[in-house]
Amino acid sequence: MTVALIVEQILNGLQLGTMLFLMASGLTLVFGVMGLINLAHGSFYMAGAFVTATVTATTGNFWLGLLVGVLAAAAIGVIVEFVIMRRLYDRGHLDQVLATFALILIFSEGTYMIFGSSPLFLSVPQELRGSVSLPFDISYSRYRLAIIGMGVLVAIGLYLLISKTRLGMRIRAGENDREMIGALGVDIKTLYTLVFALGAGLAGLAGSTIGALQSVRVGMGEPVLIMAFVVIVIGGIGSIKGALVGALLVGLVDTLGRIFMPLTLVSFMPASQAMSIGSAVSSMLIYIMMATILAFRPHGLFGSK
Amino acid sequence: MTSLQNRFNPQALAAGLVPQSREHWINVLLVVGLVGAAMLAHFLGERFYVNLASRIAIIAMAAVGLNLALGFGGMVSFGHAAFFGLGGYVAGISAYHAFNMTPVLGIGFMPEGSTQMLSIWLVTLLVSGLLGLVIGKISLGTSGVYFIMITLAFAQMMYYFANSWPAYGGEDGLPIYLRNELPLVDTNHNLTFFFIAAILLLISLWLSQRLMGSRFGAALTMAHLNPVRLATAGIDPRPVKLMAFVISAMIAGLAGALYADLNRFVGTNMLSWHFSGELIVIVILGGVGRLYGPLAGAILFVLMETWLGGVTQYWQFWLGLVLLGVVLFARGGLMGFLAGRSKDV
Amino acid sequence: MSEPLLQVKQLNKAFGALQATRDVSLDLYPGEIHALIGPNGAGKSTLISQITGNLPPDSGEILLQGEDITGLTVAERAQRGLGRSFQISSLADELSVRRNVMIAVQAIQGSSFRFWKPVSSDASLLEPVATILERLGLSDRAGTLVAELSHGERRLVEMACALALQPRALLLDEPMAGMGSEGTARMVKLLSELKHEVPILLIEHDMDAVFQLADRVSVLVSGGVLAQGTADEIRNHPAVREAYLGEETT
Repeated sequence: MTVALIVEQILNGLQLGTMLFLMASGLTLVFGVMGLINLAHGSFYMAGAFVTATVTATTGNFWLGLLVGVLAAAAIGVIVEFVIMRRLYDRGHLDQVLATFALILIFSEGTYMIFGSSPLFLSVPQELRGSVSLPFDISYSRYRLAIIGMGVLVAIGLYLLISKTRLGMRIRAGENDREMIGALGVDIKTLYTLVFALGAGLAGLAGSTIGALQSVRVGMGEPVLIMAFVVIVIGGIGSIKGALVGALLVGLVDTLGRIFMPLTLVSFMPASQAMSIGSAVSSMLIYIMMATILAFRPHGLFGSK
Repeated sequence: MTSLQNRFNPQALAAGLVPQSREHWINVLLVVGLVGAAMLAHFLGERFYVNLASRIAIIAMAAVGLNLALGFGGMVSFGHAAFFGLGGYVAGISAYHAFNMTPVLGIGFMPEGSTQMLSIWLVTLLVSGLLGLVIGKISLGTSGVYFIMITLAFAQMMYYFANSWPAYGGEDGLPIYLRNELPLVDTNHNLTFFFIAAILLLISLWLSQRLMGSRFGAALTMAHLNPVRLATAGIDPRPVKLMAFVISAMIAGLAGALYADLNRFVGTNMLSWHFSGELIVIVILGGVGRLYGPLAGAILFVLMETWLGGVTQYWQFWLGLVLLGVVLFARGGLMGFLAGRSKDV
Repeated sequence: MSEPLLQVKQLNKAFGALQATRDVSLDLYPGEIHALIGPNGAGKSTLISQITGNLPPDSGEILLQGEDITGLTVAERAQRGLGRSFQISSLADELSVRRNVMIAVQAIQGSSFRFWKPVSSDASLLEPVATILERLGLSDRAGTLVAELSHGERRLVEMACALALQPRALLLDEPMAGMGSEGTARMVKLLSELKHEVPILLIEHDMDAVFQLADRVSVLVSGGVLAQGTADEIRNHPAVREAYLGEETT
């Protein structure tokens, strides 16, 4: 176990954490402000990736693809909010779960209809290929490092947006008291649409950037979505700070667990057994962490109630 | 309106679950129709449709289990695939070890599996009840949207575990080479297997009916409708709900064991969150809190899957649209449509 | 005088900067009605909620028959004999009157984990329910859904649920609110009979009813006890007349 390996895995964990934060912050905002649980959030992730891959393939320009992908995800968010979600804000959680589950089916099958069943490929842009040298003789993927940097920028941006701007003030007011915000004379429908679009756009950004590391296919959003649920349950539903801390925790624990669990077990048992048991147990780690945290804090680390 | 009350059927509750006469006849019709269709298919030599009827019966049974937690107990579990899949793996693993004559889990003192359904069912009830106890205990410490996400997360944990545990097939799943057995009857006979599934379904329906009509059912109903009232009366709602969740998990688990034997295969798809979602859809399509709603929902769902799936490979797109329509506009479900709209209060 | 049945000692509760309960102490003796009066927002319902366990107090203790119940859950306190009615009706609207009262009868029989026998034909449940409903004049409404009841009838069903618990102490939060003069008169009669069976801590806005019923009165203002004494003492208490009754009667 070298220092280089450990540092590399920590960076991988941070990169996964960044992705999870992009997903979880949208989910938690939508829940905090509108009280809506949205299972179809992974569909925006998928939409961002498909649009980015298509635009990049036709124009040859990744950055244009990325921009169009994020905007498309946000635009789909606006449409979905306008047509369906606003009918669900006053409904119970069961109705929200059902309707958004239905949306997943519609989006997934719709994507199959449009793009067919074979995955699309999106390659890393020229400028970010290769690796950079870090101290301790470590070389690390330039693109992954850029993703981490982007995550930091988004986190700062969200912080500024929520703490410094008028929109952010309204979001905070909406989180505290949905009726008060109406009394303030804020156009609540527009606010909801904006918040939903912001969440969808962030999910689209996550999907577009990850699309260059994995294949772009139907269902790609689902594993990330479920990890994002774990993140916001750990962090406390409705809390952006909780989403950030939870995302980094889950990203690091999952990544490091997958590498180091089998390596640790090798000292106790035969290698093949260590690998299989290690990988099976490490796939459960984040859920065990979630259960443990909930046992002590039923509303998550930064949950309000 | 944060609970399920707006989806609830007050009449069935108020009447102490004595079915209204029209609903009663529809219940009888559903059961007779399913059994009749299976027998007809058998005598016409249509084995596919006999197996389809078995599939309906088994999925309906899993939905009956979920209905106990979701419809009657108000617990929106998005993780019942965990129990269904666990039951499937009990059947699969038991048959696997009996076939290879190796001890279960590779641990020396464990028995060498079994091909007897009765012992498989017993073990299934035990382990799925235990898993229900653990998941329920943790999840019921929270409420609302946390409950939904946590049950989903635990089911995913099982899914990933089964996926990455190579001993029992990992992501390839585990075949059951010879269908497990029952004394005196031939389980390989399609119609016989259907009757096994149908009898277990009827038992679980009858059990739910007794349960919901009993003192426990009265407490569970109040725990769902008004937990504060129940606590004020001196009954802690949490253990009541936990018990219902455990029973619900056991029924879903047993259905899973049957499902594995029907398909002679158990795979991680039985643990997937899509299946958890589909089970909720079935309960809702049938009408929440209606005793026979899960059966109506399962018939509708499997028929849609078969007919629409035959017409277009994108049938789930249309399922999504139908579901969206039901959620937004038709809140009583199929039983609400057939048995009359329950009075809105 | 005998031992107090219910004792509240130096209870405090704050919501942020708002001190909702301030050093409140009061006793409830067997056979009496102890009224809790005070302007809106004085913290009366918050106090009741702490006694029943729906809200945890910041400090102080609550004793029922000398036993400290401060750390117990709502259900555990109810099992020890604390019955309550809510200011806002908290019945299950979707169920019949009978089913609402039945759950309380079931609770005192300690038998919610019986899975087999149907309640619809269980005489040991139905008979006590029928007795209570008859006492409150609700017999012909037994099968009606609570949602279809009038406001006054709901109040009576709340009372029926509380009484079905055979409580040692009864906490009633505005049982006469919105009842009309006939209903109020009837409730006053019921409570004056009832106090010999079970002492009552009564929150009520109707001052005529309070002074007709109460043996002792505590006046709550901004979370603290302004005055405490017999009904006559309170009626003539200068600070009370000024701070509270004056406002109410003008």
